[in-house]
Amino acid sequence: MSDLISDRKIDHSKLQVSDEVAIQITNMNKWYGSFHVLRDINLTVNRGERIVIAGPSGSGKSTMIRCINRLEEHQQGQIIVDGTELTSDLKNIDKIRSEVGMCFQHFNLFPHLTVLENLTLAPIWVRKTPKKEAIETAMHFLEKVKIPDQANKFPGQLSGGQQQRVAIARSLCMKPRIMLFDEPTSALDPEMIKEVLDTMIELAEEGMTMLCVTHEMGFARQVANRVIFMADGQIVEQNEPEEFFNNPKSERTQQFLSQILGH
Amino acid sequence: MSDTSFVRTEMLPQKAPPSTSVGIIGWARANLFSSPVNVVLTLASLYFVGYVLTSLLPWVFLSVWNADSLTECREIMNETWGSTHGHACWGVVNDRWLQLLYGFYPSELYWRVNLTLVVTLAALAPVLFAEKTPRQMLWLTGAYPFLMPWLLWGGSIWNPVVAALGFVTGYVVYRAVSEIAGSLLAVVATVVAALFWWFVLAAPAAALLSDIVPLTIETVESRKFGGFMLALLLGVVAIGVSLPIGILLALGRQSDLLVVKAMCVGFIEFVRGVPLITLLFVASLLLNVFMPPGTNFDIILRVMIMMTLFSAAYMAEVIRGGLASLPKGQYEGADSLGLNYWQAQRLIIMPQALKISIPGIVSTFISVFKDTTLVSIIGLFDVIGLSTAIRADTSWNGIYWELFAFIAVLFFVVCFSMSRYSMYLERKLQTGHKR
Ligand SMILES: Nc1ncnc2c1ncn2[C@@H]1O[C@H](COP(=O)(O)OP(=O)(O)O)[C@@H](O)[C@H]1O
Ligand SMILES: [Mg+2]
Repeated sequence: MSDLISDRKIDHSKLQVSDEVAIQITNMNKWYGSFHVLRDINLTVNRGERIVIAGPSGSGKSTMIRCINRLEEHQQGQIIVDGTELTSDLKNIDKIRSEVGMCFQHFNLFPHLTVLENLTLAPIWVRKTPKKEAIETAMHFLEKVKIPDQANKFPGQLSGGQQQRVAIARSLCMKPRIMLFDEPTSALDPEMIKEVLDTMIELAEEGMTMLCVTHEMGFARQVANRVIFMADGQIVEQNEPEEFFNNPKSERTQQFLSQILGH
Repeated sequence: MSDTSFVRTEMLPQKAPPSTSVGIIGWARANLFSSPVNVVLTLASLYFVGYVLTSLLPWVFLSVWNADSLTECREIMNETWGSTHGHACWGVVNDRWLQLLYGFYPSELYWRVNLTLVVTLAALAPVLFAEKTPRQMLWLTGAYPFLMPWLLWGGSIWNPVVAALGFVTGYVVYRAVSEIAGSLLAVVATVVAALFWWFVLAAPAAALLSDIVPLTIETVESRKFGGFMLALLLGVVAIGVSLPIGILLALGRQSDLLVVKAMCVGFIEFVRGVPLITLLFVASLLLNVFMPPGTNFDIILRVMIMMTLFSAAYMAEVIRGGLASLPKGQYEGADSLGLNYWQAQRLIIMPQALKISIPGIVSTFISVFKDTTLVSIIGLFDVIGLSTAIRADTSWNGIYWELFAFIAVLFFVVCFSMSRYSMYLERKLQTGHKR
């Protein structure tokens, strides 16, 4: 896998982390039936942090970030997002979901709606934004992800990279304070990966709090302020990217890095 | 010659395809005569089609239109062609077509049936061709469930108005209660209020209103309903009501709430497990046993309910198939944006699930429509019942083919239209590339 994927200059002065806590996970455990998929997860994410989560397949990366917006339910421990604790209270869940954006590996765009309708749907129905305003916001974000000319097409008519950028724009239209990415580039051809990563870098520069499951180690090096390595449902190691890549402490991490970086 | 390196110096322009692959000749070559087996099959099929047509067409067209009885028909045939074999006697259709269409509906009130048909089509238009009709027509669609029965059965205009007010009452109560209490309580209060209105207040209110402003059209009793009109009436109601019920049943079957799920599964499996005709017998005979003596529960209404429930069960299974084929990502996409359950269902899940299910849904519609002929077995005079009645008349005793051909054409026109519409809809809803 290539090391530095983006040739884009990143303005590191803009990448500021505040002291304010955005996500607080304490002693979180989750089981699928009797399978202990997440074990004692403790993680604090401050506002403005860009966290990359790596780890072998099946290590629970997706499950962990999906717990943050309650696509999966945890059974033990505490998750506090933006000051609201995730419980089975549906009102809280819908509130958190509307403030936490999520991008999936397979985009999950709505194929029966046009790109523009995909973008305006949630603002109109969840935020009760007037339609005209929602369309303006949608066009603004489509321009940001550089595909305003595709507004009236259906997702099925776009390339994978374009679809993923629409998906990012769709999340942004809800003006989220936190963005979750679950392998956003894994289903894309190499030449499309860059356009999606560029979009994500721009988001980082705007101070978005981001949790990103990805194998793009170049992105991790350049953008992340923290890399988390997971294995067997546990956080095995976390560190600043420089340290993480150049000087991994645990054996599992070293093994994983040597596989993924092909050293 | 080992010439592995190659560079194109000139790009090729687009050429027209060879003439053998275009036009009628090209088409016939590709589709009818592409191989020896294909040639044999084509010729055999052509022979078969020709054989059927040479016997059918003379029967249809060398036929008697003006005759008042089968005997008269036969006389005319003998005079004209020297034999009664191979000629249709359309005299029976000519003589009885009004009855076959309208049953025993009073002939001076046929206009009400015709008007109902027009209103039905107008109410359907904004549903079937949403973007080609003005949105205001949806008002007619909304009023249709109240307008249609009034036009057909007649009586005071206040009956349908009062019935509609039940929904208004429910809505008002819902708004009021949901302000101060939870949504479950609001739903319960709504149902109670609406039922209270319909069963306790509605009748006196309608009577009072018609005393003040008497607006009444002539009443037609249910036993006068019949013919193809009855099939259309039962079909429209069963189809129109079973779709929403089917959607709810399908959702209920997927529900996390165990009681809801069990009830939906039980209902669906029970209804699918018994023949429609037994349900119709229950409607015609058994329900009387359970009703308090003296209550008059209209037979057509009973049949409507049974047919609706029957097709709703099938509809639920068809829609469940559509739901099952949606990728889980669609639910997650909707959830991650903060849409609640009903929003996600209405805006994301159902539009796609229903689209996938269109062929199955329309098949169910078509079979429900054809199943309306079963009501002849419980003594209603739909077209089949009438054809038996017509044959009981001495002048038409022994005539089968012509009546059934006429009935077949009536049903075919409606069913084929539904089938074509479903294809149109599938094409219209096609988005993106098929992979
Ligand atoms: N719905 C589920 N039911 C049971 N097991 C599951 C389910 N989803 C994931 N798993 C299991 O949980 C583990 C973690 O999955 P996941 O979080 O998707 O891993 P990752 O994203 O790191 O590849 C895997 O072993 C997977 O098989
Ligand atoms: Mg995963």
